[in-house]
Amino acid sequence: MWTWFYKLASPPYVYGVAAALMPWLLGTAALAMVYGLIAGLAFAPPDYQQGDAFRMIYVHVPAAIMSLSVYMVMATASAVALIWRIKVGHAVAAASAPIGASFALLALVTGSLWGRPMWGTYWAWDPRLTSELILLFIYVGVMSLRSAFEDHARGDRAAALLAVVGVVNVPIVHFSVVWWNSLHQGATIVKLGAPSMPGSMLWPLLSMWLGFMLFYGAVLCTRVQAEVLNRERQAAWVREAIKS
Amino acid sequence: MNIAPDGLEFEKVHVWRGDRHVLQGVSANVRPRELLHISGPNGTGKTTLLRVLSGLLRPEQGSVRWLGQSIMTFRTEYQASLAYASHEPALKGDLTALENLHFAVGLKRRITAEELHAALDRTGVGACADLPARVLSAGQRRRVALARVLAMSATVWLLDEPYTNLDASGADLVSGLLQAHVQGGGLALVVAHHELRLPCSIRRLELNS
Amino acid sequence: MKVGAWRAFVLIVYRELCLSFRRPEHLFQPLVFFLIVTTLFPLGLSLQLSQLRDIAPGVLWVAALLSSLLSLDSLFKSDADDGTLEQLALSGQGLTLIVVAKTCAHWLLTGLALVVVSPIVAIALGIPTAAFATMMMSLALGTLTLSWLGAIGAGLTIGLRRGNVLLSLIVLPLATPLLIFGAAATERAISGTSAVGALYFLAALCVFTCTLAPFAATAALRITLE
Repeated sequence: MWTWFYKLASPPYVYGVAAALMPWLLGTAALAMVYGLIAGLAFAPPDYQQGDAFRMIYVHVPAAIMSLSVYMVMATASAVALIWRIKVGHAVAAASAPIGASFALLALVTGSLWGRPMWGTYWAWDPRLTSELILLFIYVGVMSLRSAFEDHARGDRAAALLAVVGVVNVPIVHFSVVWWNSLHQGATIVKLGAPSMPGSMLWPLLSMWLGFMLFYGAVLCTRVQAEVLNRERQAAWVREAIKS
Repeated sequence: MNIAPDGLEFEKVHVWRGDRHVLQGVSANVRPRELLHISGPNGTGKTTLLRVLSGLLRPEQGSVRWLGQSIMTFRTEYQASLAYASHEPALKGDLTALENLHFAVGLKRRITAEELHAALDRTGVGACADLPARVLSAGQRRRVALARVLAMSATVWLLDEPYTNLDASGADLVSGLLQAHVQGGGLALVVAHHELRLPCSIRRLELNS
Repeated sequence: MKVGAWRAFVLIVYRELCLSFRRPEHLFQPLVFFLIVTTLFPLGLSLQLSQLRDIAPGVLWVAALLSSLLSLDSLFKSDADDGTLEQLALSGQGLTLIVVAKTCAHWLLTGLALVVVSPIVAIALGIPTAAFATMMMSLALGTLTLSWLGAIGAGLTIGLRRGNVLLSLIVLPLATPLLIFGAAATERAISGTSAVGALYFLAALCVFTCTLAPFAATAALRITLE
C-alpha cells in the first residue's frame, strides 16, 4: 500500500512523473483560467454595491487562497523531508516557496488595486491584507534562510524547520490580526471580500481557483524537475536525462 | 561462535558535505583496551568521522553501534559515556580553568573541587586553575582540555589531534594518559598526524580521498 | 554517579549567569538600546506628553521587541564560536535540557531586565502609573515568548554571515501576535478598561510557545551542529 509513497522518495521517479504531468496540468490550467477570465470579466453581472470593481475578486481571492495552500504544501513537504529524511521533500519545498510568495505578492497587489476604488487609498490595514503581508514576510524568511547556507543540505533542513514552525504560527498570526482589526472597526465599511454570489459570479471564481491550482501544479512540476536535477547533479541518471 | 558485542563499531559510513563525498564507506571496530589511530591527509574527513562517532553528525548511510546497539537509539546515554576533545580546546575565555572544568564535567558526573584540581595537576596546569582561560597559552589551554577529558572518567575517548600545540613533555603526557586509559579498560580513537608509539594494542585506520 | 536533570539545569543557568556578569556591558547594552529607541519616537514625532500617551503602548512594545532581538544573537553564538556548544551537546544531558536552561537564563538576563527597566520608559512616554502592573505583566509574558521564538531563530542562524539580520527577519513576523496583544493590554490598562482578555491571550501564547519551542529549538541546533 505504501509502495507509491516510497517510490515518490526516488528522485528519478519524481523527475519522470513531473515531466509527464506538466503538460496536462498546464493545459487544463489554461482552459480553466480562460473560461474563468472570460466568464468573470465579460459575462458576470456587475455587483450592485461595488460595481465593476468587484471583478478583481477573480484574481485576488484565488491568489490569496493559493498563497496559503502552497504554504501548507511547503510545510508538509518539509515535515516529510525532516521526519523521514526523504530528500525529494526538500526539492518540493524549495520549488514551492517562490511560487507561494508570488501568489502572496499578487494577492497583496490586487488587494491594493481593489482597495483604491473601495477605500480611496491603495492601502488600509485590512485584517486579511495584513495577515497576507505577514505571510509574505514568512515566505521571504524561509527563502532567505535557505539561500544563506553554503552547505545546501543544511540550508534545506533549516528552511524546512522554519517552514514547519511557521505553519503553526500562521493561524495564530491570522487570528491576532483579525482581533486587532476588530478593535478599530469602522475604518473599512466596505469589506474586501466576496459579495454574496449568484451562480454567474461564483462559477468563474471557482474556475479561476481551479485554474490557479492547476497552474501551481504545472509550475511546481517544472521547478521540481529543475531542483531535482540540481540536487542530484552528481548522479548517473541525471547525465542520461540531460542528454535526452 | 557469537562474540558478545562490546566496543564501538561503525560500518560503511558515508557522509556528504554539499557535493563532496567526505567519508566513503569507512568501517572499523574498536574494543575496550584498544586504540584506533585515525590518520590521513588533510580534508579526508578525520574530524567528520569523529563527529559521526560522537553522535553529533548523522551519516547519510552506514551505522555506528556501541555495545551492539545503534547509537541513535540511545544517543544521550551513549554521549554520557564518552569524552570528546575537538581540535580547538573549547574553553570559555572568561571562565577560569577550574570553572571551565566544573561546568563541563559537572554535567556528566558529580565531581568535587579536589578531583578537578587533581586532574589539572595531572596535566601540569594546576597553577593555572584560577586564571581565566583567555590568558593561558595555547599549550596550557590544550592541557586544560586534556584535564577535562581526564576528569570525565569516560569509557570512550574521541580525541581530535590531541598533540597540537604541545611540547615534548606535553606529548609524553598525552601518550601516558592514553596508555593509562586504554590499559585501564577504556577505548580511544585518536586523530594524529604522526606515529603513535604506545605499548598497547593500536589499530590503524587510514583515510584517503 | 549520573547528574540529575534539575541539577544540570541549575548548573547551566549558573554558568550563563557567571559568564554574563563577567561582561556586564553586554547586559546593559540592550537596555540602553531600549531607552534610546523609545527616545527616538518623541524626537521624531515632536508630540506633547498627552499625545505620546496614545502611541505609548505601541512604541514601548516595538522598542522592547527590537532590543530583545539584539540580545538574542548571543544566545548560542559565543558558545558556538569557541566550541563549547559541542561540549554541552555531548554532555550526556540531552540537547533539549541545554536549550531550555540557556533560554531561561537568557530571559532572566534580558527579558526580566527589560521588565524592570520599563517603568522608566513608561514615565518618559506618559503612561500613567496605574497601568504599570499590566504593562510589566504583559512585557514579562511577551519577552518570555520572544526568548523562545528567538531561540528557534538563533539556533537556525548560528554562524551565518549577517546572521543577526536574518534572525530578525525570521523572528519578527512570528512575533506580531505578541506585539498586538501586548500593546492592546497596555492600552486597555491606560484607558482604564479591563486588560484581562488580552493578558489571557498573551499567557496562552506564552504557554503554547514554551511547550513546543524547546523541541523546535533543539531540532534547529542539531541541524546547525551537524
